[in-house]
Amino acid sequence: MVDRVAEAAGPAHVVIRPSTGWTGVSLRDLWAYRELLYFLAWRDIKVRYKQTALGVIWVVIQPLFAMLVFSVFFGRLAGMPSDGVPYPVFAFCALLPWQLFAHALTESSASLVTNQNLITKVYFPRLIIPLAPVLASLLDFLIAFGLLLGMLAYYRITPTLWVWTLPLFLLLAIALAIGVGLWLAALNARYRDVRYTIPFLTQIWLFATPIAYPSSLVPEPWRAWYGLNPMAGVVDGFRWALLGTADAPGGLMAVSAAVTLVILVSGVHYFRRTERTFADTI
Amino acid sequence: MSAVIRAERLSKQYRIGASRTPYETLRESLTRALAAPFRRRSEASERGPASDSFWALRDVSFEVRQGEALGVIGRNGAGKSTLLKILSRITEPTTGSVVLDGRVGSLLEVGTGFHSELTGRENVFLNGAILGMRKAEIRQKFDEIVSFAEVERFLDTPVKHYSTGMYLRLAFAVAAHLEPEIVLVDEVLAVGDAAFQKKCLGKMGDITEQGRTVIFVSHNMGAVASLCQTGLVLDAGRIGFVGPVTEAVELYLGQFSGANELPLMLRHDRAGTGEVKLTGFRLESETGEPVDSIRNGHTARLVFDYAAPAGRPARNVEFQIIVRTESGELLFQFGTRPIARNFGEIPSTGRFVCELERFPLVPGRYRLDAHLAVDGRMSDYVLWLAPLVVVDGDYYGSGYRVFERESRFLLDGRVRCEAAGEAPEHEGR
Repeated sequence: MVDRVAEAAGPAHVVIRPSTGWTGVSLRDLWAYRELLYFLAWRDIKVRYKQTALGVIWVVIQPLFAMLVFSVFFGRLAGMPSDGVPYPVFAFCALLPWQLFAHALTESSASLVTNQNLITKVYFPRLIIPLAPVLASLLDFLIAFGLLLGMLAYYRITPTLWVWTLPLFLLLAIALAIGVGLWLAALNARYRDVRYTIPFLTQIWLFATPIAYPSSLVPEPWRAWYGLNPMAGVVDGFRWALLGTADAPGGLMAVSAAVTLVILVSGVHYFRRTERTFADTI
Repeated sequence: MSAVIRAERLSKQYRIGASRTPYETLRESLTRALAAPFRRRSEASERGPASDSFWALRDVSFEVRQGEALGVIGRNGAGKSTLLKILSRITEPTTGSVVLDGRVGSLLEVGTGFHSELTGRENVFLNGAILGMRKAEIRQKFDEIVSFAEVERFLDTPVKHYSTGMYLRLAFAVAAHLEPEIVLVDEVLAVGDAAFQKKCLGKMGDITEQGRTVIFVSHNMGAVASLCQTGLVLDAGRIGFVGPVTEAVELYLGQFSGANELPLMLRHDRAGTGEVKLTGFRLESETGEPVDSIRNGHTARLVFDYAAPAGRPARNVEFQIIVRTESGELLFQFGTRPIARNFGEIPSTGRFVCELERFPLVPGRYRLDAHLAVDGRMSDYVLWLAPLVVVDGDYYGSGYRVFERESRFLLDGRVRCEAAGEAPEHEGR
C-alpha cells in the first residue's frame, strides 16, 4: 500500500500559507498532474460530439464551410487577391490556425466557469483547467490538417522547404490562445459579462487577421505593426512555410512573437494572482 | 507520535464589499480598464448590505498526530467548511500557515467531476484523476471499485441513465479507494439512503483503523463521537475547545441553549446563498392558534415566514424540515423532496406552512432544522432553528403515555391475537 501511495499525484509535504508577490508557475506541480490535464482534454473531446448526429465530422465541416463561404464571397465575388495561389487553399491554410486559436480561446475562457464544481471541491493546479481545452483543440487541428494536405495534393502544390518551421507558428498560435485564454478565463470567473464579449472579440479578430485577404494589402511601412495582432504573424508564417506566399518571417513576425510573449506572461501572472480567490468568488 | 498536520494562527477573511488589498492595484486597474463597460453592474453587485469583510476563521491553531481522528464541530457559519477548504488547498488562508506531512485526500463531495454523458467506466478514470490518482493506480483498483459499487453490468452505460443510488455508490467507491495518508471528510458525504450512509460511515471507521489521519466535519454528534478521539469546536471562526471528543460534543450542544432565543432574522449561524431566507417561525394548533408545544396524535402546524432579500420571486424552491433529537440524531425529514414536488414560483415574501398530521413523536424536547433550496442550490440552512417541545396528546386515545425510553415514534396500526384453531380455511380436514 505504501508504494501505491508513493506513486500517486501530489506532493507529500505541503506548506499552505498565503502567497504573496510574484507567483511563478510551479512546473513540477503541473507535471505531477499531467494525467489530469490529459483526462480533462479527453473528456472535452469525448463529450463535445457525444450527442451530435454527425459526431467528429464537425471537426472537418467547420473549416470546410468557412473556406467555401470565403471562396465564394471574397475569392469570387469580391475578387480578393490570393498571391497567385488558388483562393480555397489560400483561405484554408489560414483558417486552420485561426480555428485552432479561436476554438481554444473560446473554450478556455469559459473553462473556469464550466468547471466551477471542480474548483470549489478539489485541489489541483488551476492552470490545468484552461489548458485542457487548448490541448483538445489541437486534435481538431490535426484532423483538419490532414484535409489541408489532401487539398495541397489536389491542387498539386508542393510545400516549401521551410515546412519544418510550421510547428513554430503552431506554437505561436497556441501560446497566444493560452495567454488570451488565461486572461479571459480569470476575468470571466469574476465578471460573467466577459463571456458575452467573446463572440464579438473573435469575430472582430477574424477580420483583423489576414485570412480572407493577404497581409500584402497592408502598405509596407505599416506592415510590421500589423504584427501587433500576433495572429497575423501566425497566418503569414503558415502561408510562407506551406505555400511560399507572404513575406519570410521578419519585422512582422518579431512583433507578433513579442506581443504573444507579453500576453502569455502577463496572462499567467494575472491568472496565478487571481486563482487564490477563484474558489471564493466564482 | 509526531504531528502530521500543524496549523498555526490560521485566519481567513472574506470580503463582502468592494475593498481590495493595496498590493493589487496594478491588477485592479487592469481589471477596471477591461471591465469598464460593465463597471456599474459589477460594482452594484459587489456592494452588499454589509460592505465590509468578516473573518470566517480567526487565529486557529491546532495539531493532529499521525493516525488521529479529529472531529470538527460547530454551528453553521462557524468556519468548519472554510477550515476544510484551506486544508485541502481549495482556498488560501489570509494569514497563518498549515504544514501537512503526507498526501491529502479530500472528500468534500462525492462524484466531483462526474460527467453525465460519460459511461461508468470513463467516469471512474476521470473522477480518479481529479481526486489525484494516477492512471496506473486506477487501473489497478478498477475491479475493486466496480465490485464495491455493484455496477458491473452498467459499466458501459452513460451515468445519466443510472439511478441515484447507483450513481452515488459508484462515486463513493472511487473516493473510498483513494489512499491518502491524510483524509479530510465533510459530512455532506453521508448523503443517500440509510444503508448507504451506514456504508460511508463504516468505510470511515476502516480508514481510521488503518492508522490514517482523519479530519471529519459533521453535525452528527453520534458519528463524531464514535469515529473520533479528539474534538475541535469552532465558534464564530475561533477555536472554542480542543480536547477529548466527549467534552467537545457536550460543549457544542451547550452552545445551542441560547442560540434559538435570538430572532431568526438576526441569526448569522446559517449556510446558503441567502437568496431566500427564513425570517420567522411559530407553531400553530390545527385551528391556527399560536401554541408553544406540539401534542402528539394531533396536527402540528409549523409556520415559517420567509423573504427574498432581493425582492424578486424565486423559482424552483424546495423546502425541508429536519427533526432531530437534542443530541443531533436524525429522526425524520419532511418537505417537498420526498413527495417529489417543489414550488414552481413563490412570491418574494410569504410563508411555508408545514402540516404534520397525527404527530408521531413521544413527549420530549427535540431540535428543528430547516433547509431551503432555490434551483437546486442551498439558499438557507438553519440548524437548531427552534426547539420543539412535544407533550402527550393521548395518541392512542387510551390514556397510556408512551415515554422516550419505550419508543421514539408512535405508530398507527393494530395488534391482535388469533387462536390456532381459528386459522384460515385451507387447513385440510
